Amino acid sequence: MDPMIRLILAQGMLGLNNGVFYAMLSLGLAVIFGLLNVVNFAHGALYMLGAFLALIMYSYMGAWIGMSDLSIGFWPSLILAPILVGCFGMLIERFMLRRLYKLDPIYSLLLTFGVTLVLQGLFINFFNASGTPYPGMPESLRGVVNLGFMMFPKYRLFVIVFSILVCFIVWYVIERTRIGSRLRAGTENPELVKAFGINVPLMVMLTFGFGTGLAGLAGVLAAPIYSVSPLMGANLIIVIFAVVVIGGMGSIAGAVVTGFTLGLVEGITKVFYAPAANTVIFLLMVIVLLVRPNGLFGRQG
Amino acid sequence: MKSAIYAGVSAAAILMGAQGALAQDAISDGVVKIGVLGDMSGVYSTGFSGKGAVDAVKMAVKDFGGTVLGKPIEVISADHQNKADVASATARQWIDEEHVDMITDLTNSAVGLAVQKLASDKKTITMNTGSASSALTGADCTKYGIHYGYDTHALPVGTATAVVKNGGKSWYFITADYAFGHALQDNTSEVVKSLGGTVVGSSDVPLGSNDFSSYLLQAQSSGANVIGLANAGQDTVNAIKQAHEFGIVAGGQQLAGMLVLISDVKSLGTDVAAGLQFTSGWYWNGDDASRAWKEKYEKFSGGEAPTFPHAADYSLTMAYLNAIKAAGTDDPDKVRAQLGKAPIDDFFAKGGRIREDGLLVHDMYLLKVKSGGTDPWDVADVVRTIPGDEAYASLADGGCPLVK
Repeated sequence: MDPMIRLILAQGMLGLNNGVFYAMLSLGLAVIFGLLNVVNFAHGALYMLGAFLALIMYSYMGAWIGMSDLSIGFWPSLILAPILVGCFGMLIERFMLRRLYKLDPIYSLLLTFGVTLVLQGLFINFFNASGTPYPGMPESLRGVVNLGFMMFPKYRLFVIVFSILVCFIVWYVIERTRIGSRLRAGTENPELVKAFGINVPLMVMLTFGFGTGLAGLAGVLAAPIYSVSPLMGANLIIVIFAVVVIGGMGSIAGAVVTGFTLGLVEGITKVFYAPAANTVIFLLMVIVLLVRPNGLFGRQG
Repeated sequence: MKSAIYAGVSAAAILMGAQGALAQDAISDGVVKIGVLGDMSGVYSTGFSGKGAVDAVKMAVKDFGGTVLGKPIEVISADHQNKADVASATARQWIDEEHVDMITDLTNSAVGLAVQKLASDKKTITMNTGSASSALTGADCTKYGIHYGYDTHALPVGTATAVVKNGGKSWYFITADYAFGHALQDNTSEVVKSLGGTVVGSSDVPLGSNDFSSYLLQAQSSGANVIGLANAGQDTVNAIKQAHEFGIVAGGQQLAGMLVLISDVKSLGTDVAAGLQFTSGWYWNGDDASRAWKEKYEKFSGGEAPTFPHAADYSLTMAYLNAIKAAGTDDPDKVRAQLGKAPIDDFFAKGGRIREDGLLVHDMYLLKVKSGGTDPWDVADVVRTIPGDEAYASLADGGCPLVK
């Protein structure tokens, strides 16, 4: 195979691997924005929280509760950590965000930004800023797969496949099922939906929990690849917002497709001019905003 | 009445001032303060800075007896977070308000260069162990700045020479994107080219990146037979680990870490790091004196074995305190002159001397990772001792403007 094509394919695979996290995180943001009209700035911090919960359950929790043999592995963490993050999200919604719905959306944005700072500060204090590797990658996902054009770690391949599946399910549930249509109706016209006997505040809380749980899930998936650090979400959140803006605020399919695509674009940019890889996303954002102010998949008006 | 009180207070102040001046003749402010300014939480906090470095300095103070010329010795430390501005602010406060007499560690060349300049302007001695840039005693040398342990010139002399002679002729660099990484890449490239090798490309990576995969792929597709890692600490560990994950070493390319510590080898595991050659300022299993010191250090710090920067921290603290003793004062000019006079020959520095550009010239060691050591920290063999004059640039070639 031509080495140039091979390099493009290989960097493309890595880009797709990064795109997974863009897609999963912007998906959660889009769900929350689409249904609650809240710009959740704490999304990066909740992603970090998910990764830390996996790390804590694997390495620290046993010692903390005096059972040094206890260690919760990757697979249980993959379910438990997102649920815990989701519950934490619901607490934020129930006790803080709910009071701000009647105000300008800027207030909820500021609140969630504050939550981010508090979470980051706490974790820097207890785990320091540098990051700790997550040692709990399951044995079955270690090793490499030969893709023909490159050797690719099994775990990363698993992350790509798994995330595509998750994104598809979320999209399907919200856009194609009865639960999804109720959710969407609830945000369009809460009074009318209430009249049908649906508990709207509960539904909103669960939705927020679900969106933040997705961030937690992404965090657990990221833990074995990147080292777990308090600032891992802060480094990502700016890109995620660019993804959401390009995809169109609140569009589920838009967030997912844009996430994967931008990961790919970023990866392939590395082949041609590596230093531009970090800025190419923002360049695209500027172009999209000029041509289609509502984003690629945004609803008009 | 009021004026009487003022008069009394001023008289007392004058008396106290006079006392202060008397004490200043020997030890300024009645205490010798050593500041350890390092990376206490980031990528260089294990091996270079962190608790290990502070412990080494404290242990030296304890072994020295805790006092010098009858005055106490105090050790303080702070985290510079790998930020030159944070480091400069701390150093300024230490010198102006805390009256720190000597600042050491200074891991991270951006920090090392900034603090050395600032401290010298304020007539304060810096003894840099952590940062590597050869500019510290080259173009940016200062009157009070000392570089103790290793530099970017000495590192590739051992490693790159050995690799090129083994057939590693074409190189691709993965470089930490700041003063240190670029200096190390430049110095290594010179060695490679002088031996007839070529440099086919390089990737600059921000400090503290977790994901080296895309850079490693660029290196792989460059077709170079050696991937030179011009970085250090956790960056080096991550790069080596991921090179294995992506099958790059299995694909036939060789890795050459330009700055590897034994703590890095230990965290990688000797199987992943197998065959890796690297240059070090010291190795604990080199001779009896070093083995004895390592044992003592492990007891003092509670289990962790010392890396060469830690050994350098101990050695320089001893050298500094001995210089105060010999000079009979902590006056920076006299102490600096004394440090240049006495040869430094201890468990760490064999045949060492501090030149007028501030560089400690001493023997370096080429190590090769081995498995099955007797001690968990016995991770390498000494392949070759590199004489100080071969490892370091000569005084004339160093380019320090203070050297006439």
